[in-house]
Amino acid sequence: MARNIQSITNPRLRLEILSPEDVRRIHTATLDVIESVGVRFPSERALDIWAAHGAQVDRESTVVKAPGHLIEEALKKAPPAYILAARDPAQDLPLDGNHVFVGTDGCGVEVLDLESGQRRRSCLQDVADIARVGDYTEEVAFHWVAVSAQDYPPQTRSLWELAAIWENSTKHAQTESIYSEREARAAVEMAAAIVGGKEALRQRPVLSVMECTAPPLGHDGGSLDAALVAAEFGLPTGFMTMTSCASTAPATLAGNLVVGNAEVISGLALIQLAYPGAPVFYAAAQTVMDLRTGGYTGGGPEDFLFGAATNVLSDFYNVPLSMGSFATGAKTANWQAGIENSLSTFMASIVMSDMLLGVGLLHGSRIWSYEQMLLDCEIFGIVRKMMEGIVVDDETLALDAIRAVGPGGNFLSQKHTKRHMRELWVPRYFDRRPYNVWEERQDGAWEWAHEEARRILATHQPDPLDPTLSAEFRRIIASVA
Amino acid sequence: MSTELFQKMAQSVIDGEVELAEELARQALAQGIDPLAAINEGFVVGVNTVGDQFACGEMFLPDLVLAGEVMKAAVAILEPEMARRGTHREMLGQVVIGTVEGDIHDIGKTLVATMLSASGFQVYDLGVDVPIARFVEKAQEVKANIVGLSALLTTTMVRQKDVIEALEEAGLRPQVKVMVGGAPVTRGWANEIGADGYSEDAIGAVAVARQLVGA
Repeated sequence: MARNIQSITNPRLRLEILSPEDVRRIHTATLDVIESVGVRFPSERALDIWAAHGAQVDRESTVVKAPGHLIEEALKKAPPAYILAARDPAQDLPLDGNHVFVGTDGCGVEVLDLESGQRRRSCLQDVADIARVGDYTEEVAFHWVAVSAQDYPPQTRSLWELAAIWENSTKHAQTESIYSEREARAAVEMAAAIVGGKEALRQRPVLSVMECTAPPLGHDGGSLDAALVAAEFGLPTGFMTMTSCASTAPATLAGNLVVGNAEVISGLALIQLAYPGAPVFYAAAQTVMDLRTGGYTGGGPEDFLFGAATNVLSDFYNVPLSMGSFATGAKTANWQAGIENSLSTFMASIVMSDMLLGVGLLHGSRIWSYEQMLLDCEIFGIVRKMMEGIVVDDETLALDAIRAVGPGGNFLSQKHTKRHMRELWVPRYFDRRPYNVWEERQDGAWEWAHEEARRILATHQPDPLDPTLSAEFRRIIASVA
Repeated sequence: MSTELFQKMAQSVIDGEVELAEELARQALAQGIDPLAAINEGFVVGVNTVGDQFACGEMFLPDLVLAGEVMKAAVAILEPEMARRGTHREMLGQVVIGTVEGDIHDIGKTLVATMLSASGFQVYDLGVDVPIARFVEKAQEVKANIVGLSALLTTTMVRQKDVIEALEEAGLRPQVKVMVGGAPVTRGWANEIGADGYSEDAIGAVAVARQLVGA
């Protein structure tokens, strides 16, 4: 049966990472960049839309220079809150600024096989299996395409991936692997089939679409066309920047925020110009280049700061945020993974980023690990507990219990203790056993997560998808191929 | 007198000063210094120093890339005089590089191109979204030793295989070695499609390229 979803809500912790003046300066600099430097939009359709609204369009270079007021007025039309619908309406996710939801990470290319332990290329069955574990896990609120179905043809791969998610989970699906208008149209058909038509889909978007930008200051043409299709049918649509200090963005953090912001808000403005009022979201996973290899780092203090800063920007534009957290650069579920994923998730959560992406991938979002997925869920549980903060009232000050126990007693048998002890966090993967128990087994978090993942895959049966829908998916996919 | 100029040339590379390096190259020409000597005893010394400092962790990738840019700018100024004298630099090999069709991701490919160029390869960068036939034509035209294929998407990665097959059909294999790279590309994939070289980063790519040409 469909499971409860755990989110962060009614937070009691706060962080001021950027002052209102800082945000104003980043915004002003961003508009300056969009107007004077421009952003690349390599899509005929996108260029037509910009031209029709008076932006300066260079058809040859595909660079668009749009005045600040055009961007600002377009962004004002974006709805501040909406829901991500699920196959099971009880699992709908309100993106209202008062919830933090976690998804699976994406889109990996390899899987650490749960049975053999070997690293191998990802396939469609992995997408299905990961969706099934995500369906079971209370921390996972929605799905990204966690790994690429590389055993299916590129032209329809993204659609098979979506079908596999919906056939194995009742939760919301957000795809980050559709890069063409053709696939986007088919995905809309599939989503509409689930909810009973395109009008129903506007009310219940069981699918949302996330497209990556092409930094610095660019978009991908197919991705733009796909986003425009999604927005046309009311699917929540977002653009994610992954600007990287010293390679695709300036070495300074503020400069990185400006470049990424220019990409994202120009993309969101385009959607609003085409379909005013369409639900959109800001998405980001800024990082720094590794100074030695030039590679994507997937963690580090700068990433954690970006995680907290970006929601200040998306709040300024009054749209939900999908923020990259977790996604460690570590090769195994180890010390580095624990630090990176804890701090990134804490910093993105303390500012109430609406969506966190996501659990389960290692090596900079390339290698799927079920163990890491479940350990990431544990990290989210810790952060969620911390976000509850400390409640101070008559009941929690516990004066009656303190009086009853007095100096030198203990609180074990107090009714007050029994009333409140279940509010205390209980670990699934922290080792708090006596030393000798550990010494006998020499096991720990990884082994327990490994066994739990195997147990879930062996036993969990998601609420099945109507077989006629599965058949309909196949018909739609066949019509694309 | 030229010793001092050579030292300044090396330092301009280490400091990443493009304009200064160009000015020093012009000075060398004005003084009638052999341009090949200016390159080998001046600028290359700087490139090697940066390379050594990078290897021991004292300098970083942006230092290497900037050193490569400085070198390129200086050589561009010295080249006409080298041609006039009928001399040329000994290159390690000819490399044709690009991001495959359907893929617009630029930076990884450009980084590898810059590093190969700075390491003494003649690099022909075809840019992004490069059609299969274009790789084959260019490889034929410049008698390439190496073709480098970049892809960032799992959906475009398959094009790397197509290019290898096209090179085979054109009869260019095995004299043309193929290197592949890009975030989703793994050693396993490289082996499966019959690529000769793979590296996850640009520094590794230089080592692989040197090995492929026996340098």
